[in-house]
Amino acid sequence: MDREKLIVTPLMLGFQELKTEDDLIEMRSAVKRHAADMGFSALNQTKIMTAASELGRNVIEHGHGGSVQIEHIRELDRDGIRLTFTDDGPGIADARLALSDGYTSKKGMGLGLSGSKRLMDEFELISPPGTTVMVTKWM
Amino acid sequence: MDRIPILKIGDVLLVTIQVDFHDRIAIALLEDLSEKIVDNSAKGVLIDISALEMVDSFMGRILGNISKTAKLLDCHCVLVGMQPAIAITITELGITLPGIYTALTAEDGMKLLTDMVKSKTNGKTSAKKQEAKWR
Repeated sequence: MDREKLIVTPLMLGFQELKTEDDLIEMRSAVKRHAADMGFSALNQTKIMTAASELGRNVIEHGHGGSVQIEHIRELDRDGIRLTFTDDGPGIADARLALSDGYTSKKGMGLGLSGSKRLMDEFELISPPGTTVMVTKWM
Repeated sequence: MDRIPILKIGDVLLVTIQVDFHDRIAIALLEDLSEKIVDNSAKGVLIDISALEMVDSFMGRILGNISKTAKLLDCHCVLVGMQPAIAITITELGITLPGIYTALTAEDGMKLLTDMVKSKTNGKTSAKKQEAKWR
């Protein structure tokens, strides 16, 4: 063990249903507000918000709606923001394919999953059944 | 439904995106703008995105489509005022906006458009040369 681990119970910052485009916009500003409150730089706020937009869009378009949970997570020497997107949609049959650049379901540019993975520090995808995507950005 | 206003200044149409850029507003903008380009025989479109907080892949695609559509309608399109954080983020996200002209300020963008329109009326060869220079 090269580093001590102390994981404090995550602090719930927000929870939001994602069903409509209005939810998406509301979620984006909530994410940005929480990231700003935690002290993320303007650049990282934009990155987190953009990743949230991509993943939220997936929930609405492919998952037929779902939700997002926003948390402040703390370890011994670092703080981070964690976003967990969940839906009960058909799920992703081939996660490796879906994560590759250029894989598209036509509406976007095929960058949703792979792009948001690049924008965040950690990325976890669990599917099927449904889809859960958990992303983290450390401060 | 909210729509983004399109202002006409001479040969140029000016669009300032200020509201939360809803998907349906973005799509409406593409349609409105195409119509206005034709109705006004506009030669240039200036899109100011300085108030935008973020651009995701959907918005990127719409902005790209606006530029491509304008081009087909004999109209140049310049994007102005992109915040540095957005430029970095969309590059990392993997959005490329091929064929989109950009300028830092509305003033620079206007100048670029005027030059492009001017060189086009001066003849095709010079326009091609100019375009090569801007790329």
